[in-house]
Parts: sequence; C-alpha cells; structure tokens
Amino acid sequence: MSDPNSAITPEVVAAHGLTPEEYTRCLDALGRTPNLTELGIFSVMWSEHCSYKSSRVWLKQLPTTGPRVICGPGENAGVVDIGEGLAAVFKMESHNHPSYIEPYQGAATGVGGILRDVFTMGARPVAIMDPLRFGSPDHPKMRHLVSGVVAGIGGYGNCIGVPTVGGECSFHASYDGNILVNAMTVGLARADKIFYSAAAGIGNSVVYVGSKTGRDGIHGATMASAEFDDASEEKRPTVQVGDPFTEKLLLEACLELMAGDTIVAIQDMGAAGLTSSSVEMASKGGVGLELDLDSVPCRETGMTAYEMMLSESQERMLMILKPGLEDVGRKVFEKWGLDFAIIGKVTDTGRLVLRHKGAVVGDLPVDALTDAAPMYERPWEATPKRAPLPAQDVPAPDSIIGALTTLISCPDLSSKAWIWQQYDHTVMADTVARPGGDSAIVRIHGSNRGLAITTDCTPRYVHADPEAGGAQAVAEAWRNLTAVGALPLAVTDCMNFGNPQKPSVMGQFVGSIQGMSAACRALDFPVVSGNVSLYNETNGQAIQPTPAIGAIGLIDDLGQTVRHGLAPGLSLVLVGDTLGHLGSTLYLREVLGREDGPPPPVDLAAERRNGDFVRAGIRAGTIKACHDVSDGGLLVAVADMAMATGTGAQLSVPSGQLPHAFLFGEDQARYVVALAPEAVPGFETEARAAGVPVLRLGQSSGDQLIVEGHGTISISELKTRNEAWLPAYMARP
Amino acid sequence: MNAAVIVFPGSNCDRDVATALEQAMGKKPIMAWHGNADLPQVDLVVLPGGFSYGDYLRCGAMAAQSPVMREVVARAKSGTPVLGICNGFQVLTETGLLPGALMRNASLKFVCRDVTLRVEAANTKFTSHYAPGSLPRMTVAHGDGNYFADAATLDELEQSGRVAFRYVDDAGQATPEANPNGSARSIAGILNAAGNVLGMMPHPERHADPLLGGTDGKALFSSLVQALS
Amino acid sequence: MKARVHVTLKNGVLDPQGKAIGNALAGLGFGGVGDVRQGKFIELDIAETDAAKAREQVEQMCKRLLANTVIENYSIELG
Repeated sequence: MSDPNSAITPEVVAAHGLTPEEYTRCLDALGRTPNLTELGIFSVMWSEHCSYKSSRVWLKQLPTTGPRVICGPGENAGVVDIGEGLAAVFKMESHNHPSYIEPYQGAATGVGGILRDVFTMGARPVAIMDPLRFGSPDHPKMRHLVSGVVAGIGGYGNCIGVPTVGGECSFHASYDGNILVNAMTVGLARADKIFYSAAAGIGNSVVYVGSKTGRDGIHGATMASAEFDDASEEKRPTVQVGDPFTEKLLLEACLELMAGDTIVAIQDMGAAGLTSSSVEMASKGGVGLELDLDSVPCRETGMTAYEMMLSESQERMLMILKPGLEDVGRKVFEKWGLDFAIIGKVTDTGRLVLRHKGAVVGDLPVDALTDAAPMYERPWEATPKRAPLPAQDVPAPDSIIGALTTLISCPDLSSKAWIWQQYDHTVMADTVARPGGDSAIVRIHGSNRGLAITTDCTPRYVHADPEAGGAQAVAEAWRNLTAVGALPLAVTDCMNFGNPQKPSVMGQFVGSIQGMSAACRALDFPVVSGNVSLYNETNGQAIQPTPAIGAIGLIDDLGQTVRHGLAPGLSLVLVGDTLGHLGSTLYLREVLGREDGPPPPVDLAAERRNGDFVRAGIRAGTIKACHDVSDGGLLVAVADMAMATGTGAQLSVPSGQLPHAFLFGEDQARYVVALAPEAVPGFETEARAAGVPVLRLGQSSGDQLIVEGHGTISISELKTRNEAWLPAYMARP
Repeated sequence: MNAAVIVFPGSNCDRDVATALEQAMGKKPIMAWHGNADLPQVDLVVLPGGFSYGDYLRCGAMAAQSPVMREVVARAKSGTPVLGICNGFQVLTETGLLPGALMRNASLKFVCRDVTLRVEAANTKFTSHYAPGSLPRMTVAHGDGNYFADAATLDELEQSGRVAFRYVDDAGQATPEANPNGSARSIAGILNAAGNVLGMMPHPERHADPLLGGTDGKALFSSLVQALS
Repeated sequence: MKARVHVTLKNGVLDPQGKAIGNALAGLGFGGVGDVRQGKFIELDIAETDAAKAREQVEQMCKRLLANTVIENYSIELG
C-alpha cells in the first residue's frame, strides 16, 4: 500500500475512504493525478475527522463568542478569561473507535491527545474528565471494555500527574458495537501568553519535538470516519500506543520553552499526525511549508514518505520558532531527553512541499487541502415527535421504596467509585470537590478561587427528541455548575452520532445542534471548542445520539461553595416546578422496562431564573447543601444527598400529586436545597419576588430515608445497594 | 531549616510536597534536578511521588540509579533525614536504604482513596507531633504499594519499632478491608534502623489543607520542622 | 552479541498477576493449569564478544538494575 509508485486505481482511492466524487474534486484541485503520498494526505485532510465535512454547516449555528471568550473553536482548544490575568483552556474529544478495538491503549491515547491539545496552547492541564458510554452490561465484550478503558484512562492520567476528577458512565445496548470514550482536559494559562497554531515568518524553522515517528496508527483518522463491521477487529495494527512518561516530559519541556519568547506557533500532532499539523499551521498562517522528511526522527528503519506523513505516533509536536532561537529550543528539549529536529521552513508559496531522499515526493496547494475540502449539506429528516405520555397513564410501582432501590442500584445510577478510585483524583493537591458530586471543583493554584467542571448528556432524551435533548444536555451542565455555586462560563462539546449519510441520523445531529444552540444562547454559555465523532454505527445500528457537553464555571471564593451532602437538622426545599413528567425517564426504563414517551420539556427562561436564584442563595450562605434533580427524579436526588454523608431525611408528597410522578418525574430546572429551618420563610419570600417556585419537602435527620405514607429505608442499606452493582459486575467470572 | 525535593523525570507530586513543606517551614524547599550529583547541604531530603522514569522496568528502579541518588544514599548513611512518599518510598527500597519491596497492589488496580492510618512509631523526627496510636487520615494513590518483605525482616521491623504507620479501619483495627493494597502486616510506612529514613505510601502532603479534605498530614511536616530547626 | 534476560518472582513471593492469568485461563476452559507465574523478558544487544565477559557484564546489569533481588530471580542466556 505504501509503495510510492503504486498506481492510483479506483480501489486505492476507495481504500483511502474517498468517494469517486471526492477524488474528482481532488484531481480538479490539484490539476493532475496525485501520487500515493499525496492521495494519503488528501484522504486524511478530507476525512470527516479532520474536515468536519458533514457537520461544518451546522456547527456554525452554535454561539461561540462572549465577553469572556479569548479563543473559540478552530484552535487546539477553547480559551476563556477567568480574571486576575488568567485563562482557562479546555476541550473535549472522542476516542471511540480506537477504544473499541483496543480499550486500554485507545482510552489512554485519547487522554494523551486531549492533554496535548491543552498544553499546546500554553496551559498547564489541571483536570481531566471522562464521559463514558458502554453497551449492555450483558454484552459478552462489555466487561473487558469497561476494565480496559478505565485502566487506560487511569494509566495515562495517573502517570502524567493530572487529576481525573469526574465524568459519567452509563450503559445502553445501542452502544454494544460502539462504546463512547470522550475525554476533556482543563488547563490554566496566563491570559496574555496563549500560543496559537498559525505559522508565520517566511524562512522560520519548522521544528519537530517529542517522540520518534513509527508506523503506528496509520490511517486512524480515516478509521474514525467509517462505520464498523465485523471485520474491523482486524484493524488492530492501526491503534497507537501511548507513552505517558514521554508526554509528561513533553509537557514540562513545552511549558519551560513557552515561559520564554521563542515560539511563533505550535501545533499538536494528533489525528493524521504530521499531515494535519503541518497543513493546519500553514493554512491558518496563509503560508507554505517545505518539509525535509529525511530529518524526521524515525523509530523504525525504511519508513516511506507516505508512512511518515500519515503516522499517528503519539507525544509529538510541531513548532515554528523565532529565527536564531533554534538552539534555545534545542537545549530545553535535550534537557528533558526528547527529540528536537529542524525539519523544514516556512515559505511564501502557499504550498506544502515534501522532500525525501533528494526528490520532491509531494507538492500540494495548502488551500486545496483545507478550503477546497468537501462540505456536505447532507439530507436530513427531523426525528418524529413522540406522543405525549401523561403521568396518569404510567403505572405506579408496587412500592415507592422498591422503585427507589431499583433505580439507585441500576447500572446508570449505581456508584461509580469502582471507576474513579482507579483514577488519581487528588494529585496536584488542588482538588476541592472530588468525583461523585454535581461538579468537580479544582482550586486555581495558589489562590482561593476555583473552577467547577462537569460533563453531561442524557442520550435517551436526545434519542426521543434531539432538539429537547440537546437543550437539556446544555441546561443540565449549567445546572450542575450552578449547584456548587459556580458561575457557568463556557462549553465544549463532543458530538457522538451514527452515520451522517442516513437522513434520520443527520436529523438527530441537526436537532441536537438546534437545541444546544438555543440553550447556549439563553444561558450565555458559548461553545468554545469541540469535536465531532460520526459513524458510531455497527452493522447498520447507530448509537443513541450523544452530544456530550463539557462545561466549566468560575468560583470567586472557595468559601462560598456547597456540596450535595446533608447535615442533620436542615429543611429541604425543592426549587423549580414539578409537573411529574415521566416520558423517557429512568423510572420508565428501569422499573417498567419501557423507553417511550417524549423527554421532559426544557424551559430555558425557568432554568436561568431558578439557577440564578440558587447560585445567589449559595453565595449568600443561605443554602447549606444543594443537588440538581436529574436522572431518576426527586427521590433519587434526596437519596444521593443522604448517602453522601449518611444523614437521613424525611419528606412528604404534596396532596394532589401522583406520588410516583412527583418522586420519579424528571422535570427540568429543579434543585433540592437544604437550609437552616429559620431561613426558610425568608428564602420563600425572595423566591416569590424572583418568580421562582419553591416547595417545602421535609427535613434532614437521623439515619433513614422516610417518605411519609410510602415507606422507610436506612441510609446504610441504600448505600450498600448503590455501591454493590459495579464491583459485583466487574468481579463476575 | 532547609529542605530539598528531588525531581526525577516523571515525578509529579514534587510541587505538592514543596507546597506543604513551604507552609510548614516558612520558606521554599530547593528543587533538585535528578541529573545534578551536587546536592546542596540541606537538613532534609524529600523523594516525592510520581512515576519516575515512567515506572518502567519496576517502580523506582531507574530513579534509584540516577546521579543524585548516589549522593542521597551517602547523606542518608551519614544521618541526614530522608523522607520518601509513594514513588519516593519505592525508590528508597530500590536503593536498599529501606528493606523489602513494593509490589503490585493485590487488587491489580491503581487505588486512589482516603485511608486511616495508625501511628505505630511516634517517637521519631517524622512523627513526634502525632500521639502514639492516633488515627490520621491520608490519601493513597498508587498501583504498586503492596509492601513485601520476608518474615524475618518483618519481625525485625516490628521488634525494633520501625513500622511507622499501618492501614487500619475507623476503629483502629488492621483488617484486610482497611488494607488498600495487600501490604504485609498492613504496613504503610517504615523507618531504617538509624531512624533517619522514612518511606510511606500515603500522601501526607495531600492532607495538609482544610479545603482539600483534611489536615492530618500536617503533623508530619511540623514534626520535621521542630526536629530540624 | 545478544543477551536474553528472564526476570521472575522468587518462589514464595505472591504473584497476583500470575494468579489472575491462571484464573482467566480456567475461565476460558483451559483445565489442568497449575501455578502460573508472570515474569519479564529483556533482550539486550551488547558489543562485548567474549562470552564470559559478556555474562559478567549482564550479571552486573541484573544485580544493579534489571532485577530487584529482594523479590526477583534472573537468568541469562547468551548467543
């Protein structure tokens, strides 16, 4: 395949994932037949992964600007001003396809890649989050996948010494053939020292740093852009192997060099390696690059130009250095024991020229690879709206307490401590709120300020109604940040969908974007970075659409935050309206075995009103504990609050409400807050003035959860049930 | 008092322990790069946690052979206090300054969680601010913390009062459930015969700030400051 | 000359990885597998051509770095 002289037959074109139309477009852009290396470069640059050809037209709808946004989508990561001269740099990415084929290395290199995206911009990574979606627990491969993915994430993050502070983990049969491994990194940088990727300065040196290049992962980017079939498991050799130790050295070396004034531009060699990094740097800078491939540090002998350009060896970076400062850079990288090689120079030709063994082996116009990339307005069909499902048509459980224990011990809600105890979540000694709460909180080192971080998505809602589900994912992230007292700042997204060439799947994508866009606008919550992962589909079965939202919020005073754990002697108050919505709820799925009905409607004005009110109450010190109401509804939220500290609670169902709809409905824009009893009347008065519905639920005390008229369960039994499922599942022979 | 924190390639708790030391000493420790054999004169040497040299081959094995460690071993033998935390403990056993070895956790999984320790030796430079038998909480975060030594060595450690900390439950009992890694006799930290070298798997520096879940680790640093100032 | 070093845990040192492999093999239906011990295999390309000297050199490497003789044994093959 990599013989440079092999003829470009239709089979070779197809093997590179280009359609005949795309190949014609390539011939037009180039004005001649490409050689194999050039074809390889076209194929990765025009892959879905690099070109966003199916999604670009829709992604433009998302709001990406705001007073705090320093850099929106398009760079390695998004950058947001957090005051006091600092910026938060963050992004989320998928590593779905490689993780299915080789879970440990797939997940590990996913973490490695997203860390590089963040430190490439000059930020020190301070937190990792990992939303994971697995298939049915009964699927024969699933336990192996869970175990490998978790070990891989831990293996990389623990070694590099960045805390993994949270994420999500849920299970649904739609992910049986395509698990989702998304990874988000948040970093901190000086707001005036952000590094970008636009190459500049004709004649400046192009420098390669980091690990050597091997034959790993060749064509990973095209793999991430194709559907799986049963033969995909044969593609093992394309999976890259991560080396977190080298990445730690690369991180320290880059940050050391960035402290000076040496770097013009820098770009991570991620998917599609040297090709995409060099093309993107040239394209952003409106310049050309000439690369001498003989100078590329290689780990294996006899590598061809094709292999060097398409290798996805990890832990590598490309930089443009200021003239005459190459030796400054070399000294730093050699101190850290890393490769440093000048492999080319910036030109004014607008072309990417590759030389190897004395010959020009590639000569391509940069804008043909980027601007001329295909962009599709794929046909799409809106997802049909589901018939309403009134609460009175949904059967009540035999027992409220029985339904509660079913819910808190189901795979999605059971404790994920088995996972996060394998992640070092306290290294760097700034983790203020550990995994398991509404948001993780990391302190901004050396200050009393902090960042709250969350990831959210409820795929069953998105599946039922993409627009409502997209809005809900954003709203829940905003709510989780608010629930610890943080001011929500901005969003990164990871759009995981099936095959976009199917109008129904494309309709899910379009609907999700529309919902997300509306929510981000209403909540002043711009999207500053993101990633699209399509073709999450096996043998024609697509995953539930999963637009994962990662978000950060700012805490100005770490003394003014709360967690969700209860203390005794507090009054419990529900903030937000309860209509008892049961469609597409976890109650329906786990207790009744049904997945029908529309998802809960999202009222963005109410989200904002209720959230702003709760945040003010937290900052004023009135609210002592707070939890957002989401999966499983109100009773699960109260049970979570009780289990967090072992303090019990007593609550009553208001007359006129259907108990199971009140307790398990998943109406949005709601929080359970705990206040000193004497503060309740004032809180209610303020709520009324703010137009925020509040309802007294009961109080915290003792060591039992009591639902008046419906039963009692001890908190220790709840905890035992909540903590049992995952360890037992993983220990099955 | 002056302290030096040794920084190996792959150390990742160097900043954390430096922060805790600075709080206790009132001044910053020296950060000593592994490649420099000329270690300045200090009252305390700290080997921090992390994954020195990626923990490839065996945890701590390559760090134990680095130039600076020759000097650390010489200093330790002449009486300078040396504290090894987590990966630092692994390095100390690899150099032979402490007996035994740290093997893969019995669960075969990395474990990060808070544990309760029992202070077994409170009459040392490192632990004098703990009451004997007190039960401080600290965080463990490691994949290879399973302390192993032969029975004769373990007996000798016990008889000479060189077991510094043990993993226990909230009631102070050394149960298998309270032992996060399968360590022999629930050992979490040990001293050398001269009492000037302490290796421990738990991280006192992660429990030195009320915002981060506790301050039980602070007494270790304040003990050292009192003994060495 | 190539030197091949096998590093194994000493008898009496618990080998949880070996145990896990043994359990997994049993789970896959491979009966009759007794004790399983996991070790390391390290291949070195060395310049020394004299076998005795080479062995002495690798011996030193094992003692100083490649094996932890508190818990591990090693064996050397040359050729």
